[in-house]
Amino acid sequence: MELTNENVLGKIISKFGEDNIQGAYSPDGIMTFTTNRETIIELIQYLHDDKELQLNFLTTMCGIHYPDQKDKELCVMYQLHSMRHNYRLRIKVYMPASDPVMPTLTNVYAASNWMERETFDFYGIQFLGHPNLTRILNIEEMEYHPMLKQYPLEDQTREDKIDTYFGR
Amino acid sequence: MATENKTAELTELEQFRKDHGLALHEERPLTTLNLGPTHPATHGIFQNILQMDGEKIMDAVPTIGYIHRAFEKIAERRPFYQITPLTDRMNYCSSPINNMGYHMTVEKLLGITIPKRAQYIRVIMMELARISDHLICNSILGVDSGAFTGFLYVMQEREHIYDIYEEVCGARLTTNMGRIGGMERDLSPKALHLIDEFLKRFPKTWAEFEKMLTRNRIFIDRTTDVGAISAERALNYGFTGPNLRATGVDYDVRVMNPYSSYEDFEFEIPVGSKGDTYDRFLVRNEEVWQSLKIIEQAYKNLPEGSFHADAPHYYLPPKQAVYTSMEALIYHFKIVMGEADIPVGEVYHSVEGGNGELGFYLLSDGGRTPYRLHFRRPCFIYYQAYTEMIVGGQLADAVLTLSSLNVIAGELDA
Repeated sequence: MELTNENVLGKIISKFGEDNIQGAYSPDGIMTFTTNRETIIELIQYLHDDKELQLNFLTTMCGIHYPDQKDKELCVMYQLHSMRHNYRLRIKVYMPASDPVMPTLTNVYAASNWMERETFDFYGIQFLGHPNLTRILNIEEMEYHPMLKQYPLEDQTREDKIDTYFGR
Repeated sequence: MATENKTAELTELEQFRKDHGLALHEERPLTTLNLGPTHPATHGIFQNILQMDGEKIMDAVPTIGYIHRAFEKIAERRPFYQITPLTDRMNYCSSPINNMGYHMTVEKLLGITIPKRAQYIRVIMMELARISDHLICNSILGVDSGAFTGFLYVMQEREHIYDIYEEVCGARLTTNMGRIGGMERDLSPKALHLIDEFLKRFPKTWAEFEKMLTRNRIFIDRTTDVGAISAERALNYGFTGPNLRATGVDYDVRVMNPYSSYEDFEFEIPVGSKGDTYDRFLVRNEEVWQSLKIIEQAYKNLPEGSFHADAPHYYLPPKQAVYTSMEALIYHFKIVMGEADIPVGEVYHSVEGGNGELGFYLLSDGGRTPYRLHFRRPCFIYYQAYTEMIVGGQLADAVLTLSSLNVIAGELDA
């Protein structure tokens, strides 16, 4: 089977049902669709194991914050790659900010360990079952998740800051 | 019956202990050793808290983030053209690759086609960057195994590469080279001359460097079977680049998803077989030769034409035009103030960085800054495997493994 976006989507939908695979589009040639928390791990495991697709490389994953989308404020994006077929696939899972919980992918990909820690660190998304879900790049004492949109960067023109070392 | 079997399996040492009424396995307390964050052998800011049994590493807990500078957050506030200097500071051993990877990502979003000449210039600069990256990694590996001379010897060549950068963009380390839409200026006659000189001189230096280490008995003994990882584990850990190719997987972004006219050049992808430190060294060595081959081809066949795309909305006009023409002034103002029209979109673009697939995931909502810019930093992803690679080995081998993985702190922490 030649891997085209239509073929792959058809295959995934026939396996997981239309309710679980939604909103497919390909913004830059890479097919992107949305699934839910219940399906995601099973889906990635299936794509990993399937002999035909061989989507067995986790290229990257990251969190995205959409403060204006009601009940879909947080998003986790996974990007998979089939080196055999040179085919890429992007999967998104949305969740409400009040319930930022995801299942962990560490049992499928060892690579997702630090990626999930990074996503937790910056977006506060809890990955259930993660072996060591602690902050990775920021200090442990930090009380917020800095990539969320409600935390703007410091105003560059502020004048109330006294920094004797750098003379700002 | 069971007892008999057990007796038969006793080693000499265990038999000795049994005969002398000692416990079969001595319980020794483990020593905690704090390696890093600043240590001459780590070449960057990495901390590893090791549990040692004598010289043997039993467990390692890496801590990262010492030079985290929140690039992804800063990028959400800056206009597109101001993000390039952030990318320099990721893998600072090969900044042009980062710069151009980012430029190509934005060009993909904007739908700009780049003229062949600009693409070839990019290829030359990116391959020079790859050489300087691999050159550092391999010579440092020599330093860590006790061969300091080679390092100083090839370091001089890196200076020559930096001279070329300086001629092309004005900077040496954090280059901020090129622009969205092409290069900021054409290759000057001096730059061409420097590249030509480099192509003539460098192969001799590199051949000598190779000769010093490749068949060096001490070096081979120190690096073979050290920090080995299988292809399956490497893929599971998200390895890319030379570290993955050393395990025998021939994945190279330049070949699989050619960008910037890489399909025009003829080169080979070296692969290793065991994925150990020696294989990583050999793969990088050979990649330097292949990069030279690419530069030679690009230099010889450098097409005529413009060094930037015809995209006045996004590419800064020449300064002369800004002072004399109204249109250029308007474009200049709009670009500098971050008011250029950026389409809504979502793109992923990856380039073959010094250490592997360097990816940029860019989410634009049409605003003056990216809505989200995520960097796929190869170092960050494969450094996770470090614990697995060093546990059970010697401390001195852990240092070699770290340098052969070429973990760059800037890219690790972004």
